[in-house]
Amino acid sequence: MNNIGAIDIALAASVTAILATCSPLVVRRQQHLRAIMCLLLAITAALAVAAGISGLLGSHGQTTLPLGLPWMPMHVRIDALAAFFLLLIGALLLPAAIYSQGYLRHVKQLIPMVVFLPLFVLGMIGVVISDDAYTFMLFWEVMSLASYFLVTFDHHQAENRKAGFIYLLMAHLAGLLILGSFAVLYAASGSLEFQAMRDAPLSPVWATGAFLLAAFGFGTKAGVVPLHGWLPDAHPVAPGNISALMSGIMLKIAIFGFIRIIWDLIGAGDFQWWWGVLILAAGSSSAITGVLLALQQSDLKRLLAYSSIENIGIILIGLGLAMLLARYDQPAMAALGLVAALYHTINHTLFKGLLFMGAGAVVHSTGTRNMEAMGGLIHRMPWTAALFLVACVSISALPPFNGFVSEWLTFQTALLAPQLGSAMLTAMVPFSAAMLALAGALAAACFVKAFGVVFLGLPRSDMAIHAHEIDHWMKAGMIIPALLCLLLGLLPVSIIELLDGIPQLLLHVSLTESVQTHGWLWLTPVHASQASYSAPVALTGMLIIGGAAFLFLHPKGHAVRRSTAWSCGTPETNNRMQYSASSFSQPMRRIFSAIYQPEEQLHTERRAHPLLTTRVSYLVHVHDLAVDKLYQPIANYVLLQAKRLDRRHQQDIRSYLAYTFYTILFLLALLSVQQSAMEQRNQPAATSQSQPPATLPGLTSGQTGTEVRR
Amino acid sequence: MNGTLVQQLVDGLAALMLLTSFALLAQHRMISVLHWFAGQGLLLAVTAAIVAYGTGSDELYISAIMTLLLKGLLLPWLLWRVIRQLQVHREVEPLLNSSLTMLIALGVTLFSFHMIQPIEKISQLITRDSMAIATACVLLGMLMMITRRKAITQVIGFLAVENSLFFAAIGSTNGMPLVVEIGIAFDVLIAALIFGLFFFQIRTTFDSLEVEAMNAHLIHKDDDE
Repeated sequence: MNNIGAIDIALAASVTAILATCSPLVVRRQQHLRAIMCLLLAITAALAVAAGISGLLGSHGQTTLPLGLPWMPMHVRIDALAAFFLLLIGALLLPAAIYSQGYLRHVKQLIPMVVFLPLFVLGMIGVVISDDAYTFMLFWEVMSLASYFLVTFDHHQAENRKAGFIYLLMAHLAGLLILGSFAVLYAASGSLEFQAMRDAPLSPVWATGAFLLAAFGFGTKAGVVPLHGWLPDAHPVAPGNISALMSGIMLKIAIFGFIRIIWDLIGAGDFQWWWGVLILAAGSSSAITGVLLALQQSDLKRLLAYSSIENIGIILIGLGLAMLLARYDQPAMAALGLVAALYHTINHTLFKGLLFMGAGAVVHSTGTRNMEAMGGLIHRMPWTAALFLVACVSISALPPFNGFVSEWLTFQTALLAPQLGSAMLTAMVPFSAAMLALAGALAAACFVKAFGVVFLGLPRSDMAIHAHEIDHWMKAGMIIPALLCLLLGLLPVSIIELLDGIPQLLLHVSLTESVQTHGWLWLTPVHASQASYSAPVALTGMLIIGGAAFLFLHPKGHAVRRSTAWSCGTPETNNRMQYSASSFSQPMRRIFSAIYQPEEQLHTERRAHPLLTTRVSYLVHVHDLAVDKLYQPIANYVLLQAKRLDRRHQQDIRSYLAYTFYTILFLLALLSVQQSAMEQRNQPAATSQSQPPATLPGLTSGQTGTEVRR
Repeated sequence: MNGTLVQQLVDGLAALMLLTSFALLAQHRMISVLHWFAGQGLLLAVTAAIVAYGTGSDELYISAIMTLLLKGLLLPWLLWRVIRQLQVHREVEPLLNSSLTMLIALGVTLFSFHMIQPIEKISQLITRDSMAIATACVLLGMLMMITRRKAITQVIGFLAVENSLFFAAIGSTNGMPLVVEIGIAFDVLIAALIFGLFFFQIRTTFDSLEVEAMNAHLIHKDDDE
C-alpha cells in the first residue's frame, strides 16, 4: 500500500466505528467505556475529514469489499460528492465526540449509547461511500435502526417511546420508498451497481417514477413538509449529542441520497421541468412552515427541530432552482444553485450541531427543556451563551458568519430566474425567493427569541438560578463548530473551490473561473458587475464601525455606571415582568393566525370586586396543522380498518370456510368468463377451417398414453 | 361393452353422486348422514371399476377395491363408532334452513355446469360429462362444512369434498397414478383417525362438539387476559 487513497481512509474510519461498537465486550468500567467510545469516534471523525478532504482534492477510488452476500459483494467508491459528505460527517462528529465525553459523564446506563452511536455513524459513512444499491440500503437501514435506539435512549418516559415509534414508522416508510426507487432503476439497468444504473437509459415515465419515489423517500427522512411528522417529536427527546448528530448529519445524509439518486443515477439529462418546480415548492413550504412553527415553540429543542425543517427547505430551494436551470440548459447557473445548496448543507450541519449541543448543555444544567423556566443564563453559563450566540447569528444569516454566504448564494441563483426563458417559471421563482426572504427574517426573530428568553433577562425558575457552567470537554466540543462557522463565513471562495468537483461530476461544468475572478477575497457568483461579497472586508468594516461606536458611547475615563433598570415607579422588578417565550412570539401569532389557528384560553379571576383582578392565566397551544389534518386522519383510518379486520379474525371456523368457498366461486367465475372470451376470439378461425375445436395438448397426450397401455 | 354404454353408465353414476351430495346436505340425523356417506363411497368404487373396464386399465381396478374398502366401509365404520360413543345422534338447528340450503345448492350446481361447458367441449375422454358434476359435488361438500354446526358433520363434509375430487380425477384423467392414489388414501385414513381422536378431546375440553363452543371459549379467554 504505497499510496493510500481516500477510500482506504474512509474504510479505516468505518473499522474504527465498528471497534467502538464492540468496545463493551472488552471494557467493563463505565468511565473507561465512555472515554474509549469518544476517543474512537473522534478518530473516526478525523479519518472521515481526512478522507473527505483528500477526496475533494482529487483522490477518487473504488474497491470491492470481500463482504456481503456471496453473489453480491459490496462496492464502495469515493467521488467528489461522497467526499464532501464524508467531510461533513467528520466536521460535526469530531466536536460531538469531544462534547460527548463531558455530556455523558452522569449517564448511568451507557451501554446502549456505546453500541448504537458508533453503529449510527457507521451507517452514515457506509451510505455515503456505497457504490451499489444493496450496500446503500443496508447501511441506510443500519443508520435508521441505530438512530431509533438512540432516540429512545431515555426509554423510561412514555413520550419518548411514542416519538421513537413514529420515527421508526416514518423511517421505514422512507426506506420502502427509496427501495422502490432503486427497484425502478434496477429494472432499467439490470444491475444493482451504481455505474450500471448511471449508464442505463431511462424512459421518461420510469425516470419520473424513480424520481417521485426517491423524492418522497428522502423527503420523509429529511423532514420536508408535510412529511416531517416524526422530526419535531424525535429530535427533542434524544440526548443532546444525538440530536446534534441527527439534525446536523442524518438529515444531510437524506439530502446526499437525494442528490445521489436524482442527480447522479437518474442524471441531469433526464430532468423534466416540473421536477424542479416540485422540489422548489416543497422547499418553500418547508422553509416557511418550519420557521413559523419554530417561532411558536416554548420547548427549546423543539424550536431547533422545527428550525431544521426550515433549513432543509432552504437547501431544497437551492436544489430545486438548480434542477430547473439544469433542465433549461444553463449548467453554469445550475452549478451555482447546487453549490449554494451544498454550502448551506455544511453550514447547517455546523450551526445546528452547535445549537443542539448548546441546548443540550442548557437542558443538562437546568434540567428542563421549557424555555419559560429559563432566563438569565448568560451570567451562569457565559461560555455556552457566547457559543450559542455565534450559532444564532450564523443561522440568522448575518455576515460575517457562514449562514449569510449560502443564503446569499441561493438568492443570487434565484435572481437568475429570468434566464429560464419560461414566463411562468420566471414568475414563480421570485415567489419562492420571497418565501426564502420571509423565512430568513422570521428565522432571525426566532433566534432572537431563543437567545433572549434563554440567556437574557432574569431567571424564571429555581432551576435557572442554580444552573452551572459546563465542563471543558463540552466547551471544547462547542468551540470547534463555532470557529468553523466563522471560517466558512470568511473564506467562501476557497470553500467553493474545494467543492468544485461536485458540479464537475454532476453537471460537467466548473465554477472556479466565474467565482474566482477577483481572487480569494471577493466572491462573485456570476459577474462582478452584478454582485460580489467579501466577508473579510465586511468583518473589518463591522469591527471599525463597532469600535468607533463603542468609543463614542464609552469615552475614555468614564467609568461604567451600574444602577437599577427604570421600572415605571414600581418598587422592584421581578422575573414575572419580562417577556416570556410565548409573549415574545404573540405578535407573529396574531399576524399569521390563519396559518397557526392557535388554541387560546384566557382566564381572568376576580374575587372581591369586578374591578379587582386577582389572577390571570393565559394558555396557548399552536398545532402543527400537518399533524392534525394529515397524519391524524390517516392514523384514525388505519386504526378503524384494523379494528374491522380484527372483528373478522374473531369469527369461527365456518366463516373462514365460507370465505374460502366464496373465493373459489369467484375464481371459477373469473375462469369461465375468461374462457368464453377466448372462445369468441377463436370462433372465426374455427368456422373457416371447419375442423373440430382444437384439443388441449395435455389431454391429447393423456389419451395416447391410455391407448398405448391398452 | 362398447364406449357409449360405459359413458352412459358413468353419467348415470355421476347423477347418483350428485344425488348423494344433495342428500348429505339435506339430512339431519347423524346415522342417515353416515349412510349416505357410505353410499357415496360405494358409488365411487363402482365408478372406478366401470371406468377401469372401459379403458382397460388394471391400476384403476386396484384403486376401485381400495376405495370400496376405505371409503365404503372403514371410514363410515370409524365415524359410526365415534357417533355411538359420543352419543350425538342429531344435528342441532343448522345455520340456514333446509329449503334455503337446497336452493343455494341448486344454484351452485347450475354454476358449475355453466363453468365446465368450455372444458367439456375440448375433452375427448369417455367420462368427460362427469366433470361438471364432480365440481358441483366439491362445492356442495364445502357448503355442507359451512352450514353445519357439529364438528362431525363438518368432517364428513370434508371427506365428501375428498370423494368428489377423487371422482373428478377418475372423470378427467382416467385416475391418478396408483402411487399417488395410495398416498392420498392413507392420508385420508390418518386424517379420519386424527379427527376421531380430536372429537374426544374437544368433547372433554369444551363439553360440546359445536364449533361455536370452542370459539366462545377462545374469546372468553382473550377477555380474561
